[in-house]
Amino acid sequence: MHLALFIIFGGLCVAGALNLLLQRHPINSALSLIVVMSSLAVLYLLLGAEFLAAAQVIVYSGAIMVLFTFVIMLLNAGTEERTHGSKMAYVAGVPGAAILVSLLTFVFLSHRGDFASVRVGDYLATTGDLSRVLFRDLLLPFEVTSILIIIAILGAVALARKEH
Amino acid sequence: MVPIAYYLVLSAILFSIGVAAFLIKRNIITVFMSIELMLNAVNLTFVAFTRHWSQVTGHLQVSGQIFVFFVMVVAAAEAAVGLAIIIAVFRARNTLNVDQIDLMKL
Repeated sequence: MHLALFIIFGGLCVAGALNLLLQRHPINSALSLIVVMSSLAVLYLLLGAEFLAAAQVIVYSGAIMVLFTFVIMLLNAGTEERTHGSKMAYVAGVPGAAILVSLLTFVFLSHRGDFASVRVGDYLATTGDLSRVLFRDLLLPFEVTSILIIIAILGAVALARKEH
Repeated sequence: MVPIAYYLVLSAILFSIGVAAFLIKRNIITVFMSIELMLNAVNLTFVAFTRHWSQVTGHLQVSGQIFVFFVMVVAAAEAAVGLAIIIAVFRARNTLNVDQIDLMKL
């Protein structure tokens, strides 16, 4: 059951990421990225991180991707054209990424015995467990992030404003 | 029962696709989206290792998940500022192609 869910949603993740890579229009890439992020939320749930699964759906596939699609529509972005730089990137980028993935896969699978196995339902981190650490031990960093968010909002408004 | 290593391999695949998309894509918005994909892959690694650490120590560990929470917060701020910069660049240069935005190139 768990393995089936992992294969289905892991496959959806990889398929969505490959679609992001292969599509030429940015809106198609954005929609496939939403698929990747929503499937990742299910994988978080399988790993017992229920708060992060909800936050993933709300923050990533909700807020951030809505921002992306808004900007794509606002700027009326068209299909990207092939240039000399993209050919160079194909020559360097695809083998580099292939080497990276095969290296990491080899390392992880050769140490497979050292890692634990996941069973659904064990070690479920509830929102209460998370907030107990977040609001007791990490209260100062949590409050500092609110300042960061305010500065980011002000910066975004200042950057995107029309100049006179 | 799924070994943690499978989750790590999945996240390695997602990260590498993100790297490839970052290098290949010529649209600045898509390049930015591939950065988000890489961040997501790293988040999956954090959650998987949190689970591994819980199993090793025998009781629930949440520090890795809190790390992911902070990554999400910073990613949201970064997306807002980055897209504002993209809008400003588009206003100034009237293009989204990264090959044509090369003023700082030697």
